[in-house]
Amino acid sequence: MDLKVTGDLVGFWNLFVIVVAVLSIVGCAVFLWIQDSAKHAAGQVTGHVWDENLEEYSNPLPNWWRWMFYITVAFGLVYLALYPGLGSNPGVFGWSMRGQYEAEMKAAEATYGPKFNQFLAQDVMTVAANPEAREMGDRLFQTYCAQCHGSDAGGAPSFPNLKDGDWLWGGTPERIKETIAAGRTGIMTPKGTKPDMDAEQVRDVVHYVRSLSGLSADSVRVQRGQELYPQACAACHGADGKGMTAAGYPNLTDKVWLYGSREDKMIEIVTKGVQNHMPPYGEFLGAAKVHLLTAYVWGLGGGEKPAAPVAPVAAVPAAQN
Amino acid sequence: MQSQATYNYKVVRQFAVMTVIWGIVGMLVGVIIAAQLVWPELNVHEYLSYGRLRPLHTNAVIFAFGGCALFATSFYVVQRTCHTTLFAPGLATFIFWAWQLVIVLAAVSLPLGFTSGKEYAELEWPIDLLITVIWVAYAIVFFGTIGTRKTPHIYVANWFYGAFIIAVALLHIVNSAAIPVFSEGLLTPKSYSAYSGVQDAMIQWWYGHNAVGFFLTAAFLGMMYYFVPKQAGRPVYSYRLSVVHFWALIFTYMWAGPHHLHYTALPDWTQSIGMLFSLILLAPSWGGMINGIMTLSGAWHKLRDDPILKFLITSLSFYGMSTFEGPMMSIKTVNALSHYTDWTVGHVHSGALGWVGMVSIGSMYYLIPRLFGKSEMYSTKLINVHFWLATLGTVLYIAALWISGVMQGLMWRATNADGTLTYAFVESVKASYPFWTIRVIGGTLYLAGMFLMAYNMFKTIASGKAVDNAPVLAPAGAH
Repeated sequence: MDLKVTGDLVGFWNLFVIVVAVLSIVGCAVFLWIQDSAKHAAGQVTGHVWDENLEEYSNPLPNWWRWMFYITVAFGLVYLALYPGLGSNPGVFGWSMRGQYEAEMKAAEATYGPKFNQFLAQDVMTVAANPEAREMGDRLFQTYCAQCHGSDAGGAPSFPNLKDGDWLWGGTPERIKETIAAGRTGIMTPKGTKPDMDAEQVRDVVHYVRSLSGLSADSVRVQRGQELYPQACAACHGADGKGMTAAGYPNLTDKVWLYGSREDKMIEIVTKGVQNHMPPYGEFLGAAKVHLLTAYVWGLGGGEKPAAPVAPVAAVPAAQN
Repeated sequence: MQSQATYNYKVVRQFAVMTVIWGIVGMLVGVIIAAQLVWPELNVHEYLSYGRLRPLHTNAVIFAFGGCALFATSFYVVQRTCHTTLFAPGLATFIFWAWQLVIVLAAVSLPLGFTSGKEYAELEWPIDLLITVIWVAYAIVFFGTIGTRKTPHIYVANWFYGAFIIAVALLHIVNSAAIPVFSEGLLTPKSYSAYSGVQDAMIQWWYGHNAVGFFLTAAFLGMMYYFVPKQAGRPVYSYRLSVVHFWALIFTYMWAGPHHLHYTALPDWTQSIGMLFSLILLAPSWGGMINGIMTLSGAWHKLRDDPILKFLITSLSFYGMSTFEGPMMSIKTVNALSHYTDWTVGHVHSGALGWVGMVSIGSMYYLIPRLFGKSEMYSTKLINVHFWLATLGTVLYIAALWISGVMQGLMWRATNADGTLTYAFVESVKASYPFWTIRVIGGTLYLAGMFLMAYNMFKTIASGKAVDNAPVLAPAGAH
């Protein structure tokens, strides 16, 4: 991060900016001074008349107004000496917005970093059981996750519910952390793996899929759809329709429908396919916050026990700041 | 021949009537979008959704209401103070009809979703070209009239109108420069800005701030410099002050745009220069307020029972307040709190409702009877009611948004002991609802006043007769 920001001006243009800025500010004061010393006669009109009765008094500039003007000019010149403004000159204080940002981030890391880092040594389930960590996790969730998943984590159409125990990509601590840190992209191709299906066949296969979870379905279509299913859907969603969390393929046999369970919506999705995206947060939030969020999400009620003995904490890159 | 020449009141009349009508339309759209923020279910159709109607509101109040008020008054003032009839009257007629066409095109194209995406310059390129033609015609008529004046000196109101015409031409052409895309045909215009990245942003806000500076400030100061001394029957307070603040205002305004881009990709030095010139702008801005309000010194009693003067002097008070608030908000540390909040919206409306709206309304109440052969409006009492509706509406509006703006800024920056944010964004939205409701009430009051004005205007017109034979006056003794 060694970008030059205020230093971009060099040579002629740097000088140009400096000269024009200073001359313009000083010029305001010079103009005021010259005009101020012109003749005036308080209480007398200038003698010009327009449109029957429009006249002007020859009153001098109000004293307080004149000095307010001078003071703003003086303030401008002092400010330019102290702060960046004269081209690439950084000013006496050496302040820059980037410098201010970096200093504030550094100070925040020094103050708050340890509060988050203390949980890194503990495994996710232990952190999830810690009330203080849950509160911190909740606050992070409300800032970074609630926009999509809702402030109660209950989700919304196309944004998964995080507390129902149904996981697209798996609900073990490691899988949740992977999802938060690296993000996920789910893709369903149009008409699955059988692109030559016509509209009727799509409808048939949708009815079969509906029957898997007990949704209303036409029995004749279910029968026809069942014959299409192995070729059109089984490669991803499995012969039994239970999906595959390793690759984010949804279970079709449960009651959870990310895009709703209306027939027309399901037909649209099978026909056009669908893409969904969870952005990666690992680099942005850093390992400690991702760890806390993982514990919070895991602890919302749907977290699954790790399959293997507790794995060591997954490596997540440190925040860039 | 000279003695038989008459002032061209027809175009002034047309623009004056449309000022009131477009004022109602533009402010009605404003009330609708304010209500949509409180009751989102009012977004009934994509064409009528907040995102489409908001630019329609800003364009309608600035360019339809404000624009018609400026055309009406500048054409009236330049003839009267130059003691000559309007130059190129055919062009003036063209300007009226073409400007109405621009307004109708805006009212159709913006809800349909055609936009260049540049704030206050959303209209797509074919409309931009038409505006350019109109503006050239405007300059010919205005400066042609100045050039054929019968007085040795140019009255101060015309300096401001003239600066406004020149600056807006420059701003419009530079900021609207774009590459048209023809792939979808002329009826679905689309274009891309000629600039990119932070330079595009800087040019946009150089335009945006000077649209405020020249369209909404300098031009309306021109209006003020004619109608305040006329209505007060007093000389302008100080000729010297008008000279200093005119040149200082038009020079420093041009620099102030970067304060819209504090803490962005804009380099530090540009932000600093924008902030400093915004502060230096305080005195030149206030020069106009002093000259207007002090014009009344010695005649303060007139404020008691002249509602037109009340409108004019109150407008100057709001002008002074918002031109103090503006430089304060341009200070980086203040801006860090105020930016992106309702405070900015409130600030704009203290200028728009309080200054631009009220000075235009007051000037129209002076102008309309004179254009229809009457000595005053149909009902002075209704003007008084209008004044209180407008004042109360403005105060409710800006006070509500001050509170919600500062509250939002404080909520967004509040942190817990662990450094996490105290409030989710949506909590600041929820907390803003009561103030947005007050805004709807304030805006509705202001709009109600405009309906009274329309009634008063049509009653005045009905009992009057269009004046087309006002003889051009000979200038008062030569100097």
